[in-house]
Amino acid sequence: MTTELFEYLLRLGDNSLVLGHRLSEWCGKSPILEEDIAISNTALDFIGQTQLWLGLAATVEGQGRSADDLAMLRDVWDFRNLLLVEQPNGNFGETIMRQYLFDAWHVLLLDGLTRSHHQEISAIAQKVVKEVRYHIERSRDLVIRLGDGTPVSHEKMQIALDRLWPYVGEMFDVDPVEHTLIEQGLIPDTSTLRAAFDAEVLKTFATATLTLPSSNFAHLGGKSGKRHSEHLGHLLTQMQWLQRAYPGATW
Amino acid sequence: MYAQMVTSDPRDETVEGQAFQARIDAGEKIEPRDWMPEGYRKTLIRQIGQHAHSEIVGQLPEGNWITRAPTLERKAILLAKVQDEAGHGLYLYCAAETLGVSRDEMTEMLLDGRMKYSSIFSYPTLTWADMGAVGWLVDGAAIMNQVPLQRTSYGPYARAMIRVCKEESFHQRQGFDIMMKMAKGTPAQKKMAQDALNRFWYPSLMMFGPSDKDSVHSAQSMAWKIKMNTNDELRQKFVDLTVPQAEYLGLTIPDPDLKWNEERGHYDYSEPDWSEFYDVLKGNGPCSVDRIETRKKAWDDGAWVREALMAHSEKQKTKVAAE
Repeated sequence: MTTELFEYLLRLGDNSLVLGHRLSEWCGKSPILEEDIAISNTALDFIGQTQLWLGLAATVEGQGRSADDLAMLRDVWDFRNLLLVEQPNGNFGETIMRQYLFDAWHVLLLDGLTRSHHQEISAIAQKVVKEVRYHIERSRDLVIRLGDGTPVSHEKMQIALDRLWPYVGEMFDVDPVEHTLIEQGLIPDTSTLRAAFDAEVLKTFATATLTLPSSNFAHLGGKSGKRHSEHLGHLLTQMQWLQRAYPGATW
Repeated sequence: MYAQMVTSDPRDETVEGQAFQARIDAGEKIEPRDWMPEGYRKTLIRQIGQHAHSEIVGQLPEGNWITRAPTLERKAILLAKVQDEAGHGLYLYCAAETLGVSRDEMTEMLLDGRMKYSSIFSYPTLTWADMGAVGWLVDGAAIMNQVPLQRTSYGPYARAMIRVCKEESFHQRQGFDIMMKMAKGTPAQKKMAQDALNRFWYPSLMMFGPSDKDSVHSAQSMAWKIKMNTNDELRQKFVDLTVPQAEYLGLTIPDPDLKWNEERGHYDYSEPDWSEFYDVLKGNGPCSVDRIETRKKAWDDGAWVREALMAHSEKQKTKVAAE
């Protein structure tokens, strides 16, 4: 159980770590000052969540590693985040679409995790779900406003949706790691969350005048660590550079 | 300082102008709806606008290290700090808007070179120690100027400064904390810390602007209480406060002539190279072109977003009106 639990906590922590990093890349460069502040705020929430999930992962592992060690000293094949969150920011619309698709799943997952039999998981989920409810309010609102804005913005949002939709399936793919934890009542069965997710996004995309892609093809390999995209390695070269270049230093 | 070499308009000698000056002399606050001389209004727009632009452009040298911060905690602190700066920009743009200029107009003026930002943000941040040096020295210098500005005559500006100052002192402390870790760290870290101090010392002294004892503009701004101290007073105060901190860190200030002057009760120090300062103001700082290019790209790339949000809002209004 410890192996599966460690693996799963890495998934939660790495999603927050990688997505928080991506969002932090926007700082100082957003289209509007208020959005710059909001996007940094969201990035900050994710960094905080990373500290909690990776901190718990390190405790569960029991090898004396810290959350920072896990974040800064693992290579691509040891990362367990979804392929969706490592996708590059693209234009502002792509960033918002990626965020919305993630949020729509994340809020359902966390709600389920609040009922985990694992006390710490449940406690962290209860804290985090409050932030995530705000995240989806913001990303949903922006998807609607940009989707149903100008012809230019509509086109950009449709392209973003088409580009990112193949990464949705991975969020609902239940593998042996998750099966073990579901059976023990530690995590919700994400495949049962798909209907609620579809209802959420269908409603939003209809209001945003966007068309849901007809194919449900799903890229897999991020959360299992089998095959990440090429983008993750570049992200890590930046994020981990100081720790790698000056090993053993205290910052 | 964040607002440097602000040209001030001449004093208004009319009856209203004199009554206005009397209000300022009596320590009253001027509010947006109050009558004010055109010169006061224009000078303040230049000053607050430049201050706001400095906060926004000032996000970039530190933003440069957010994605390379060495730990999760450092990353969170730095990101929060840079986010605060965006917030300061926002308060300040709002304060300037009460004087009858829009944020978009000010942004256009920054991008086409009609308005300036502080010289300090045209310098590069090359190592993690620069995050310490910027917090310690740059925010430290900014505080010197901003604390007295909490008492400035223009109400919205003074109130913005009160909020800004609360956050700036936290920024300065986090910068000093990074420097401490570096200065007490490995030989490589200590070298980085000294290198950062070497590069940021004189540009920090330049932030206060050249000596203004004979400047007509400064005299007028001081009479209006939109400038509270001379540049030299603030620079001296900064040097006096910073030298013991550098000693505490075990770092050497790159000025062989720096020494305590018992008679004056202050440190004597070398003047920065003012020709470099004027070059930077003209847009020839090491990163001047990059900074404006980055801001311009952000503004241009974001145009479709701003247009879409406006269009959506118009559609909603039409829908509501039709119902």
